[in-house]
Amino acid sequence: MAEGLLRRARWDVRAFLMLAGMWTRVSWSYRTSFAVLTFASLVTTFLDFAAILVMFANVPALGGFGLAEIAFLYGTTSVSAGLADLVVGNVERLGQRIRLGSFDAMMVRPVGVLAQVCADQFAMRRLGRVIQGAAVLGWALAVVDVDWSVVRLVVLASMLVCGALIFTAFFVLGASFQFVSIDGSEVANAFTYGGHTLVQYPLTIYPRHLVTVLTFVLPVAFVNWYPALFVLGRPDPFGLPGWLRFASPLVALLLCALAGLAWRTGVRHYRSTGS
Amino acid sequence: MVSTSSPRRLIEVDRLGRTFKVRRRVGRFRRTTDLVHAVHDLSFTIDRGEMVGYIGPNGAGKSTTVKMLTGILVPTSGRVGVAGIDPSRDRVALTRRIGVVFGQRTTLWWDLPLRDSFDLLRRIYRVPPERHRANLAEFTELLDLGDLLDTPVRQLSLGQRMRGDIAAALLHDPEILYLDEPTIGLDVVSKGRLREFLRRINAERDVTLLLTTHDLQDIEELCSRVMVIDHGSLVYDGTLAGLHAQGASTRTLVVDLVDEAPPISVPGATVTRVEGPRQWLSFPADASAAPVVSAVAASYRVADLSISEPAIEDVIRRLYTGL
Amino acid sequence: MSLYVAVALRSFRRYSTYTAATLAGIFTNSVFAVIISFTYLAVWRQNPHAGGYDARDSLTYCWVAQAMIMTVGILNVPTTDEVATRIRTGDVAVDLYRPTSFLGWWLASDLGRAAYHLLSRGVLSMIVGGLLFDLRYPASWWVWPVVVVSVSLGVVVSFALRMLVASSAFWLLDQTGVQQLSIVLSAFLSGLYVPLVLFPSWGRHVVLALPWASYVQVPVDIWLGHRSGAGIVSGLALQAGWAVALLLVCAAVLRLATRRVVVHGG
Repeated sequence: MAEGLLRRARWDVRAFLMLAGMWTRVSWSYRTSFAVLTFASLVTTFLDFAAILVMFANVPALGGFGLAEIAFLYGTTSVSAGLADLVVGNVERLGQRIRLGSFDAMMVRPVGVLAQVCADQFAMRRLGRVIQGAAVLGWALAVVDVDWSVVRLVVLASMLVCGALIFTAFFVLGASFQFVSIDGSEVANAFTYGGHTLVQYPLTIYPRHLVTVLTFVLPVAFVNWYPALFVLGRPDPFGLPGWLRFASPLVALLLCALAGLAWRTGVRHYRSTGS
Repeated sequence: MVSTSSPRRLIEVDRLGRTFKVRRRVGRFRRTTDLVHAVHDLSFTIDRGEMVGYIGPNGAGKSTTVKMLTGILVPTSGRVGVAGIDPSRDRVALTRRIGVVFGQRTTLWWDLPLRDSFDLLRRIYRVPPERHRANLAEFTELLDLGDLLDTPVRQLSLGQRMRGDIAAALLHDPEILYLDEPTIGLDVVSKGRLREFLRRINAERDVTLLLTTHDLQDIEELCSRVMVIDHGSLVYDGTLAGLHAQGASTRTLVVDLVDEAPPISVPGATVTRVEGPRQWLSFPADASAAPVVSAVAASYRVADLSISEPAIEDVIRRLYTGL
Repeated sequence: MSLYVAVALRSFRRYSTYTAATLAGIFTNSVFAVIISFTYLAVWRQNPHAGGYDARDSLTYCWVAQAMIMTVGILNVPTTDEVATRIRTGDVAVDLYRPTSFLGWWLASDLGRAAYHLLSRGVLSMIVGGLLFDLRYPASWWVWPVVVVSVSLGVVVSFALRMLVASSAFWLLDQTGVQQLSIVLSAFLSGLYVPLVLFPSWGRHVVLALPWASYVQVPVDIWLGHRSGAGIVSGLALQAGWAVALLLVCAAVLRLATRRVVVHGG
């Protein structure tokens, strides 16, 4: 049974890549428009960091963290959120697809619906967010004061991957809610993009109870904050246990499992009520 | 009624039911839940190679039935078996063996040229390249898609898009084709060509067709068997001829008299319309026209006569309202 | 005149039917306002008089800015989006041939919508902010109506800019790029991300004179009392000046567009 699931998953991934590739080829054929839109996406997402730069024209540090360190936090979450948005971002338009009837058309094809929904109108231009995030991260890595080691590099790499997986899980969880309430997309966005905005800053600027929520309820702190505490060699300002810094992979796994479950429940609900 | 040779049985529907809970607002704040029986106690079987028409008034349960047959919707009661598969359990396995054409919306990719849509489908359905090439060549010729292959779907007219949709649905050699209002919005010539194509693939490839339509001409030309659904129940399942008989249809004798005259009075027929020297008489469809014709010719001076077959619309209307 | 009032009222009523979307919007606004509030608190903790504001001022600024997103229309706004769509599909020809003023019609429509968004998303978001944080309110009763006037002028300036962007659809096949650019400029230069007063000195003077300063900065400064007496007059004059100038440009652009529609048939 598990190998059947694995085979299905592999097939869905291949189908996703094929469909996404087709869409990319189409948008690439309109080269100028594609370049303009990618650039626009890059600029739009960079504004968050531009705001941080303006703030730093007025202060030397925020929450006990300097510009380079905040750039590190910003860069890592931007890359993670950008990757998740690129791959899974289309899922937030699920409600629209159901309303237009294109969801049914996907249900009669031999590919998992999640893969199809994510691949449909795949927008390579979303890479803009990833690019500007990577640029800021690159600058931060060059400037920040870190005692680099192999372990730290591994944690950095895992941070980016697990962060992307966590955001992916958030996207899918939010979308699953749209099976029940089609207007839910904006609320879900508040959580995903809100979460991303939250962790651009050091969590020391937020009250303690909020940080607890971000650790144990809406675990977006595991996208970059906890691993960053390790990489930057800082003690936990809230005195929380040190093993949290290595918990990101576990959190990512749990969230993805939860998201998968939520999605399947959503599809089952759709097939039983035929909204 | 229907051929019962078991090995050919493809679709089995047994006491199928589908109920929806619809919430309705009562007054300003309270909400009440209504139970809507979209489909109720539906039973029928379809054999391989049949061309079946599925008709009924709007909201009768046609699309609900098709959704359950394709696995989009799960039944609330009863059983469905399509090619031995239960759509509610093995939806994905079933998808390879069926093709669906939605009349109002396209299954093709809006911004891609037809050719690219077909190529994507080839890969999604894992069709061997040789088979795909052969199918594409045949459909391109029969459906006249040659000039359209490189046009983005959004630039196609309704008729062209429909032809593309049908080709797309057949590319992977499905055993069953579900068509939902395929001729809607098409002009007469296109409708004719499409029907010709459907007849052909049914004959040559043994594709079973289930056709939901409001265009009763489609039924007349394509389907030897008709199922009529109304308010969720099957009210008729049989041949088209039987439908006429059951519906107590009438045929019309159009008489052109030499001079204007008061309405013709003749046993077995009633005058329905008079326009100058022309009069329309209707008589039961299963009766012979001969006695009426001789009676008219005997008592009146007739310049010309013609007989028209029963309008299926009347048949259906009578079925909907009468039974 | 009464026609335009009717148009505004109808627009108000139309947008008031989207209750679910409005509630979701208030939620989103509040979530982001909370996040931004904490970041501002961190800034002002480090630098208690940054930009001439204190922490309370900055929090108030943040919540007013969020309230203004839909009211003034900093990001995409349904009314002008509709204009762009109508231009793309050609339906705009009908509007242009009507005996009423195209600009007047849509301005009235936008004002009606803005009124609804102010009363719903705007006011309710501010109430949420007031409950969660210690905000500063206008010192005297007469400041409130002046703020409303200032916000209205902001809506007009925003409308004119958005109408110009929408009008690009008359000439461009795909105006989404222009629209994106406009939203980016509008979001940043209106002070949605950071108060304009925080901008480094070399940019501050420029940014405070641009039309986008009318969206949030001017009304907030009146609200907080940073603009008083002559300051209020100069602020309103800035807004009114941009409003008039931009509307004139709109009118000229529309005249060109109408001629194009007549000649090319849309």
